Amino acid sequence: MKNAKFLIAGMLFGIILVKAEVISWFRIQEMFRLESFHMYGVIGSAIVTAMLGVMLIKKMGWRSMNGEEIVIRKKPFHLGNIFGGLIFGLGWAITGACPGPLFAQIGSGFTVVIVTLFSAIAGTWVYGLVKDRLPH
Amino acid sequence: MNFLKSPWPWYIAGPLIGLSVPLLMLIGNKALGISSSLRHICAACLPGKIPFFQYDWKKESWNLWFVGGITLGALLVLLFLNNGEPVDLNPATIAALRKNGVQEFDELLPGDIFHWGNAFSGTGLLFFVAGGFLVGFGTRYAGGCTSGHSIYGIATLQWPSLVATLCFMTGGFAMSNLILPPLMRWLLL
Repeated sequence: MKNAKFLIAGMLFGIILVKAEVISWFRIQEMFRLESFHMYGVIGSAIVTAMLGVMLIKKMGWRSMNGEEIVIRKKPFHLGNIFGGLIFGLGWAITGACPGPLFAQIGSGFTVVIVTLFSAIAGTWVYGLVKDRLPH
Repeated sequence: MNFLKSPWPWYIAGPLIGLSVPLLMLIGNKALGISSSLRHICAACLPGKIPFFQYDWKKESWNLWFVGGITLGALLVLLFLNNGEPVDLNPATIAALRKNGVQEFDELLPGDIFHWGNAFSGTGLLFFVAGGFLVGFGTRYAGGCTSGHSIYGIATLQWPSLVATLCFMTGGFAMSNLILPPLMRWLLL
């Protein structure tokens, strides 16, 4: 069961997403209307903590549990970062969810979000279909 | 127990979310990122003859276990760690949303939008079908979402992730302030 640890990590992540209320459609509207600091605080402090954690791993030369050297995958720039980013932003504000919170909204009992998830999978599939015709 | 049942403030929840980046590195040499799970589901279920979905998705299946965990974790909160109180929103947000037709503020999501009765209506077409499609298409085109770009990407000092994040925010501001309000008044009022 080498995947059990990822299931448990996901459960912890899901618990935090809900307790932080970042899966709340209301919180997303509040963020984009600049009427609360909550979401900015969550995302900002998450970035700073993650950055410190990665620095510590590098400085100490820690390896992963299976003994591998930890690699940081480079994300090369392409125009999709801009166009895709704008498109995702539009969808984020409609659904009140990025992909992680979609799963958490379903787990929180809003089962109709399964429709949103299927549509998101369809969107990903259509991207794969038309990828070569889009600017990158 | 009282703390566990109340919503967590940003300065507790944010750092805990951030810790998932080094945690995934240490337990499996993995990069935090969730939108890839949607691609793996396509590759597993309906690859067609599309080259983008022709790869060994089983090698990436940790990601599917992770999102399965997210769903279960949320269910655990619903069952055991829930105080049942409404989200403590800025009254200005509540007033603005009320004016646009939202009436139920007692759960994490507005119950008058997010229920099955809306699944096959104009409301569902906007909030579930169109919204979901933009999320799935946009994150894949952008090469990641809030976890992969905004948290993992910026924390590992990758400038394309910063660009993507600024564009996520721009799209969100435009939708919440300009496009969504008239659509909501039309559909919900």
